[in-house]
Amino acid sequence: MPKRTDISSILIIGAGPIVIGQACEFDYSGTQACKALREEGYRIILVNSNPATIMTDPELADATYIEPITPEIVAKIIEKERPDALLPTMGGQTALNCALALEEMGVLEEFGVEMIGAKADVIEKAEDREKFRAAMDVIGLENPRAAIASSPAIRNEAGKIIGYDRNVGFMEAMRALDDIGLPAIIRPAFTMGGTGGGVAYNREEFETIARSGLDASPNGQILIDESLLGWKEYEMEVVRDKADNCIIICSIENFDPMGVHTGDSITVAPALTLTDKEYQIMRDASIAVLREIGVETGGSNVQFAVNPENGRLVVIEMNPRVSRSSALASKATGFPIAKIAAKLACGYTLDELENDITGGATPASFEPSIDYVVTKIPRFAFEKFPGSEPTLTTAMKSVGEVMAIGRTFQESLQKALRGLETGMNGLDEAEILGLGQGDDTNAIRAAISVPTPTRILNVAQAMRLGMSLEDIHAASGINPWFLEQMHAIVKMEDKVREHGLPQNAKALRQLKSMGFSDARLASLTDKDAADVAKLRDELDVHPVYKRIDTCAAEFASPTAYMYSTYEAPFMGAPACESNPTDKKKVVILGGGPNRIGQGIEFDYCCCHAAFALEEAGYETIMVNCNPETVSTDYDTSDRLYFEPLTVEDVLEIIRTEQKNGTLHGVIVQFGGQTPLKLAQALVRANVPILGTSPDMIDLAEDRDRFQKLLIKLGLKQPENGIAYSVEQGRLIAGKLGLPLVVRPSYVLGGRAMQIIRDEEALNSYLLGTLPELVPAEVRAKYPNDKTGQINTVLGTNPLLFDRYLEGAIEVDVDALCDGKDVFVCGIMEHIEEAGIHSGDSACSLPPFSLSAEMIDELKRQTTAMALALEVGGLMNVQYAIKGGEIYVLEVNPRASRTVPFVAKTIGEPVAKIASRIMAGESLASFGLTEKKLTHVAVKEAVFPFARFPGVDTILGPEMRSTGEVMGLDKAFPIAFAKSQIASNTAVPESGTVFVSMRDQDKAGVVDACRRLSEAGFKIIATSGTQKYLEEQGIACDKVNKVLEGRPHIVDAIKNGEVQLVFNTTEGAQALSDSRSMRRAALLQKVPYYTTLAGSVAAAKGIVAYKAGNLEVRPLQSYFG
Amino acid sequence: MTTADAWSTKPATALLVLADGSVIEGEGLGATGEAVGEICFNTAMTGYQEILTDPSYAGQIITFTFPHIGNVGTNDEDIETVNMAAESGIRGCVLNASITDPSNYRASRHLDQWLKARGLIGISGVDTRALTALIREKGVPNGVIAYHPDGQFNLDALKKMAAEWPGLEGMDLAKDVTTTQTHPWDETSWEWDKGYGHTKEAEFNVVALDFGIKRNILRLLTDAGCKVTVLPANATAEDVLAYNPDGVFLSNGPGDPAATGEYAASTIKAVVEKGIPTFGICLGHQMLALALGGKTMKMHQGHHGANHPVHDHTTGKVEITSMNHGFAVDTASLPETVEETHVSLFDGSNCGIRLKGKPVFSVQYHPEASPGPRDSHYLFKRFTDFMRDAKSA
Repeated sequence: MPKRTDISSILIIGAGPIVIGQACEFDYSGTQACKALREEGYRIILVNSNPATIMTDPELADATYIEPITPEIVAKIIEKERPDALLPTMGGQTALNCALALEEMGVLEEFGVEMIGAKADVIEKAEDREKFRAAMDVIGLENPRAAIASSPAIRNEAGKIIGYDRNVGFMEAMRALDDIGLPAIIRPAFTMGGTGGGVAYNREEFETIARSGLDASPNGQILIDESLLGWKEYEMEVVRDKADNCIIICSIENFDPMGVHTGDSITVAPALTLTDKEYQIMRDASIAVLREIGVETGGSNVQFAVNPENGRLVVIEMNPRVSRSSALASKATGFPIAKIAAKLACGYTLDELENDITGGATPASFEPSIDYVVTKIPRFAFEKFPGSEPTLTTAMKSVGEVMAIGRTFQESLQKALRGLETGMNGLDEAEILGLGQGDDTNAIRAAISVPTPTRILNVAQAMRLGMSLEDIHAASGINPWFLEQMHAIVKMEDKVREHGLPQNAKALRQLKSMGFSDARLASLTDKDAADVAKLRDELDVHPVYKRIDTCAAEFASPTAYMYSTYEAPFMGAPACESNPTDKKKVVILGGGPNRIGQGIEFDYCCCHAAFALEEAGYETIMVNCNPETVSTDYDTSDRLYFEPLTVEDVLEIIRTEQKNGTLHGVIVQFGGQTPLKLAQALVRANVPILGTSPDMIDLAEDRDRFQKLLIKLGLKQPENGIAYSVEQGRLIAGKLGLPLVVRPSYVLGGRAMQIIRDEEALNSYLLGTLPELVPAEVRAKYPNDKTGQINTVLGTNPLLFDRYLEGAIEVDVDALCDGKDVFVCGIMEHIEEAGIHSGDSACSLPPFSLSAEMIDELKRQTTAMALALEVGGLMNVQYAIKGGEIYVLEVNPRASRTVPFVAKTIGEPVAKIASRIMAGESLASFGLTEKKLTHVAVKEAVFPFARFPGVDTILGPEMRSTGEVMGLDKAFPIAFAKSQIASNTAVPESGTVFVSMRDQDKAGVVDACRRLSEAGFKIIATSGTQKYLEEQGIACDKVNKVLEGRPHIVDAIKNGEVQLVFNTTEGAQALSDSRSMRRAALLQKVPYYTTLAGSVAAAKGIVAYKAGNLEVRPLQSYFG
Repeated sequence: MTTADAWSTKPATALLVLADGSVIEGEGLGATGEAVGEICFNTAMTGYQEILTDPSYAGQIITFTFPHIGNVGTNDEDIETVNMAAESGIRGCVLNASITDPSNYRASRHLDQWLKARGLIGISGVDTRALTALIREKGVPNGVIAYHPDGQFNLDALKKMAAEWPGLEGMDLAKDVTTTQTHPWDETSWEWDKGYGHTKEAEFNVVALDFGIKRNILRLLTDAGCKVTVLPANATAEDVLAYNPDGVFLSNGPGDPAATGEYAASTIKAVVEKGIPTFGICLGHQMLALALGGKTMKMHQGHHGANHPVHDHTTGKVEITSMNHGFAVDTASLPETVEETHVSLFDGSNCGIRLKGKPVFSVQYHPEASPGPRDSHYLFKRFTDFMRDAKSA
């Protein structure tokens, strides 16, 4: 059956901003879908609010709407574009939910839009717990036993619900217990983060938790599930076509047993502990699930739990769409699930499609066979959210992941551990809390029984401490097979510690084949990694590269998608399949696992480098280890090495590539800090680096060197100082005066960066925050000497102090430079004041309040610095403007987070041009001219606070946002409103505004309040603000501050009586007083603005939005 | 032990010596000694025990492309060999990683011990991907697998042994693995938590010619309502017809179909001419083709795996199949009376035939799976439908 000709245009919905649980894997799938369907000649209409995606590049769709993904706005797009079909399966839960809402609203019917890939009833059947359970019953598959206990509503005479009869709910829960059995998992409905729930192991606990759960749930409802703790967890990636051909792309087995969200689990592909009989039962079950749910075309995943004691299998859930795990499965096998799913959605069958990886030698209708092991390890950011427990549960908390490929599990595990970039070189030693306090066995047991981001290290440590594998299995539930593999690594480490490194090639190669990094071997033998590398070189022990070919070498693969391994020699020498070409080549180093501060924006830049340099005639070679990204798609670059970004791994790739052809150079400035950290080592190895020299990048980061440059150029900085010890820190703080901004040097995303407003905060920073940053080895060196430990760290990584410019305007500037000419691409004015991390603050391009003279001066200063730093490629500068003076806060002579935002706003491929400049072309040759923008773009950040109970939501210099959106319009108010809607803020059209401003902001907020009042909003305010607003003639009611007695503002927010909050504070006390209010607003989803500028912008946006001025326009139309 | 000794490497304890004289080193496992055979590869990621007990592999040394083999140990349920008295057909196995302790609730024995008990030689530590690529490029080589714990090998003798082995072409191996005596079969398929069952009632009387039959074929026939009588490979048409069967099944098996066909094809021809519904699998398929006037040929690298797509021309559907064959039916050689029903989507080779207008059909692959996907179980129903039609006619 060939492709459908009855449809000609298709609307694809993206996933919106990067949030926990929905990351750049949907850019990967959406990009594949756009390319695949466009290739078929369909007109593609795309909507996605995330500007940092490759899919929103204007070349990828015919009409790209960078607009908020809400049903109302997508309805406007449908009305305008009249697509024939809607593909809802590429944009995660966001796209599915939006499509369902459009169906319910009747929009699809009204405009004759057909849902392809998954129909509305299919989505509902898969997503609705009860319907899914019924469907599984039909095909004879077990679900975990479960029940819902609900408390009936108590109503008043008017029929309004005034409460819930929780005693009835409790009785229902007790009745359900008989069916479900113990242990049981209790989850309160409609609460975030599982408050009030838990695991009950006995009847008494069940009663207690059931009661607390019913109390915690706003509607008195709890879900009771059979506990599958300790069961093995599996996932199957299935693809089905409309002729009912079904194939399994990949099976995945979780290292962590049930109880940890699969996104937070270490996972392995393929499944390793199933007999064929069990595997085939699971395969048949997966296919039966797709058929019963009714997924007609495309990819889905089905999750299973298996009791390791008896093989009992239950279905946990299924997703009728591509997902994070399908992206992982695609990268793990080489089978492009999203691309194929898109082609199936438009009518093809599997046997009509080719398998690209084998160059079309085989069809897509087969099941990949792999001859290696893939390990994925999630990356977390608990340290960014003080007060949150680093415990892993069924709610996902990780912000990124690393994937590694090895011939064996050991090799892939150790590669993944070092690829994670959290300071591990392998199964590093871990500190187990509570040792030596009497009951070591229990201390170890506690450290391995609770799943945490570092549990795997604790497990290895437990082995070192002599705990038996049986006991470790009993405490952790981790499958004995994995434990045995880890144990072999630990035993080998002992041998290396005792006997040093082998001095013969065979033994060293065998050691390396277990995945040990040079750095790990060095630390085991008290050497430098360079010594180990030298020994390897002397003995000629180097990795070989094998191809990922979907077919375990059964067919020759022309696709250069590769991973390294230390294989045994085969008839002489180890067999290497890299076959480097004789071309002129460029290596692009990617950004590694996503983390807060280094995400999709950097992957966007790396992809653009690959696209641009391919156009310029180079062979492009990508190195990265993040399975979610477009950069690790095998067709983004000419050659792809899926490898950890460490000095060892990268130098080996370069060594291999240099065996043939010419290495023109390596690009290190596009992948964020990850490749930059490797730059010095590459320079030492005489590897050519393209663009700005690493020395200049270092100059910009080095406080002393940079200060000298600024003085030479006559530019200003906030007063500052460097402290190499705690004592020096106090002295400098005294000299500069408070408030101050403090941060350790060489950090990413403002880690441990704080604004210090009083002495107490300074103390707690120096003696509370800093000790957390001390690495374990330093701690071990100076036990019981906290200050000594800190000073040791500060000796090489000093503290940087800056005078905090209260109330200053912050500006981001991105520029291109070839060392001769400079082009300022974008000047972005932050909406929040200086002091909030630039990644966390909203900003406007072009600026909304700066004078023409100020803008010219910013350009002049930017140009001067770019030339002085001999920038080749991109540069980003952050400025603060206060009292008409410009201060340079920071210069980054490399790609920054704002590059994709700027590129999309000004309509120029900034990252591509930068790449070609780096490769040697002149800036002038691109003929860039400054055009006056006739539109405004607003960038807004999105935050994961809701996933971290108890964490304060106030913004500061430490970055905590996971992603961003863009609002685009001809004028600022609607652009801002769009940015707010897109970042999931419920922009109110009516209701009550609560205003509480510090004195200096009171005058500034008057106009905003007047506009809102005129637009029909009611204003309430705390006493001082209320008085001031009344004086200005604005009708306004008083409401109590929290400390003034009840009912107070938090009560009002919790009761749903407030729809918008403007609140600025002064001083540490006021800040902490307002914390409960911020938390309440977050939970009630009430928009909350903590700066004057943000409040004013919000008021303008809301008024314009309410007036009905929101229109949708494709990106392409802004650049005629 | 001194530090230097700690890392001293011992000589290889196992070798794979190819007929062209090249040598691949590794660690020995399983039984000691040496064995000669054809070295093929299998790309299945599960089901190594079923593969190692499949009589069709007689005369072959199997290279597993998946590096970790042995994870789930072995058990008494996952054996495919029917004639346990016959010598193990497979000659040895080649692995990448060394074998770990089993981790599965059904495991009863470590794979290493199990191989030893069955007299099978194994070698690990081999770059099986490189070996697979070699087979892909040069075709299946003949070779010797040898395991001596002391690492002492007479290399010249091994090379000679490899070079002198005549190869599978022209070799009748069915006679080595077939049952020696006629026996009934009533065991049904494995079910979770129940294991294997038995059936008492049957709708059809089926004779299965055993050229190296797998247990799961017999079980699926039983599941489909057949009372099965298993006859040796050299049974004559009279032997078969004496049971007055509703249908005849032609089993899988090892070796060259042309060699085994020399005595079996005439039996098959006679059965088919009687109009008895007939169903063949693998070697049975090839010999049915021979009996109907077609030809078979040796393949370059063969098909061995559990991910092979096959197109069923009669339904238009694709099924993912388990395959294990080094010979194939030459489509061009098929007479007018025979139609091609199934074809491999990997290389277009023949995967199924039917005698036009007759209840006689066969497939090249393994619809009984075990190991592998169970997409093709429907063929057993196709067989019983034919028998039902024939009975009611």
